[in-house]
Amino acid sequence: MASSTTESSRILHEIETLKSAKSDLERRISALESQLHGLNHPHNNGVCIASSTSPSAFPHGLSPDMIYRYSRHLLLPSFGVQGQLRLSKSSILVVGAGGLGSPALLYLAASGVGRLGIVDHDVVELNNMHRQIIHTEAYIGRSKVESAAATCRLINSTVEIVEHKEALRTSNALEIFSKYDIIVDATDNAPSRYMISDCCVVLGKPLVSGAALGLEGQLTVYNYNGGPCYRCLFPTPPPTTACQRCADSGVLGVVPGIIGCLQALEAIKVSSAVGEPLSGRMLLFDALAARIRIVKIRGRSLQCEVCGENSKFKAAQFQEFDYEKFTQSPLSTSPLRLKLLEPNSRISTKEYGDRLRNGESHVLVDVRPEHHFKIVALPNSLNIPLASLDGRLEEVVSALKEEEHKQSSESSGADVQLYVVCRRGNDSQRAVKYLQEKGFPSAKDIIGGLEGWAHEVDPTFPSY
Amino acid sequence: MQLTLEFGGGLELLCDSVKIHNVSIDPENGVGKLIMKDLLSWVRTNLIKERPEMFMKGDTVRPGVLVLVNDCDWELSGQLDTTLEEKDVVVFISTLHGG
Repeated sequence: MASSTTESSRILHEIETLKSAKSDLERRISALESQLHGLNHPHNNGVCIASSTSPSAFPHGLSPDMIYRYSRHLLLPSFGVQGQLRLSKSSILVVGAGGLGSPALLYLAASGVGRLGIVDHDVVELNNMHRQIIHTEAYIGRSKVESAAATCRLINSTVEIVEHKEALRTSNALEIFSKYDIIVDATDNAPSRYMISDCCVVLGKPLVSGAALGLEGQLTVYNYNGGPCYRCLFPTPPPTTACQRCADSGVLGVVPGIIGCLQALEAIKVSSAVGEPLSGRMLLFDALAARIRIVKIRGRSLQCEVCGENSKFKAAQFQEFDYEKFTQSPLSTSPLRLKLLEPNSRISTKEYGDRLRNGESHVLVDVRPEHHFKIVALPNSLNIPLASLDGRLEEVVSALKEEEHKQSSESSGADVQLYVVCRRGNDSQRAVKYLQEKGFPSAKDIIGGLEGWAHEVDPTFPSY
Repeated sequence: MQLTLEFGGGLELLCDSVKIHNVSIDPENGVGKLIMKDLLSWVRTNLIKERPEMFMKGDTVRPGVLVLVNDCDWELSGQLDTTLEEKDVVVFISTLHGG
């Protein structure tokens, strides 16, 4: 027993000694490798071994460092030196450093694009992190462009990264786009998509367009090789109610990740002139069903108002076009703030907080969808989603009666109040309007909803 | 006539969140021919359960909806006049804007 213990401790000791020797050898090898690399480096001031075997750059123009870094690209017969060279001489602009832009930028920086531009005006938020994988927690509250640029530089210090920390507008789009060969649309709203496509048509730039929401994604290349522009496909903007946002409808993080990766791929194909870009075709991705469908779409429309035969849409028209008016939705992603009700049909979150503390007799109806209610809710609230309110008015009536009954046993006297709350205070106004028409004249909306509650009354109440 | 109808990009929410519908439709015009115009009104009557304005505008689909007949944009096959055949797959997909 004792001898076996001694033996195993001897073996353990030997393993430790060998491991330490191994790591020492590895350190020395990697030091020598980097020394060798330094000798071969073109910027290495004169300390160069025989120039016949190691010129600073080969006739094709790739430096030894580039050959080593992109060796796996160069080994692809269909991509090779030619593809890498074209890529290294091209410039790509990614509009939006969010869910789509994050992976697109990571791959474009890693792949060795010559110049990579990033446009965004937003800051990194905690609820971005599950999908906007280029950002790290340290950057929360800071500019997305700065954060994305820093990550890109860490991955590939040889790529020129250009930061455009501003919102894209008709006033700056032409100037910014004109500095790049290819534009990647990684934005999240309809007016931006029309504006980016129109600007690409005016300047003759190919556009790699991706979109993702919920568990689905879409991808295509516009304005390239006789293919359509965004307006050829969608001449009339959709109703605003059809334009859902990730912040309202949710999105599984990896879904924009996949579409963003495909955007990087298409941008690489276009810039290196390799393969068949997804022009005149559209990729439809259904994550839940694990299905990818690639469909044939119409070509360029001769009647298109922007890229058609007789189009008069040029730089001047672009700069004067009102995309927010055209699509009836804002370019910024700020949520809607409705004002449907008279002030006397609304109360502030603070006021509601006071009434709650004073034990006022009331019924609180939460009109958010059920899966929202499950995330977090105010105590004693009754969940009747707005969509099903008209069929469930009875529940409101009986809740009020029950409260009245409680009150009469406590004999305090005042009427039972009816309050309505939702996430941000829009649906609650719609609900109050409806309730007032259906015989609940005193129904009141809580201004700003649960977001307002968290902001103004209870900072520990979770936001989502 | 047996057809497969698919809804995506959020349009499935208008038909009880069911994405794929295998349906059988009898052409009513007597000549045994079914065109997309007929199919749209059939879908509106039989499959769309809520907010029909999110699916159609006038006698065609609303702006922002792509229609694909056998994986091909219906603009290329005659839009509303596209003649459907047995076992055709028709996809209605709403364009996404998120990112």
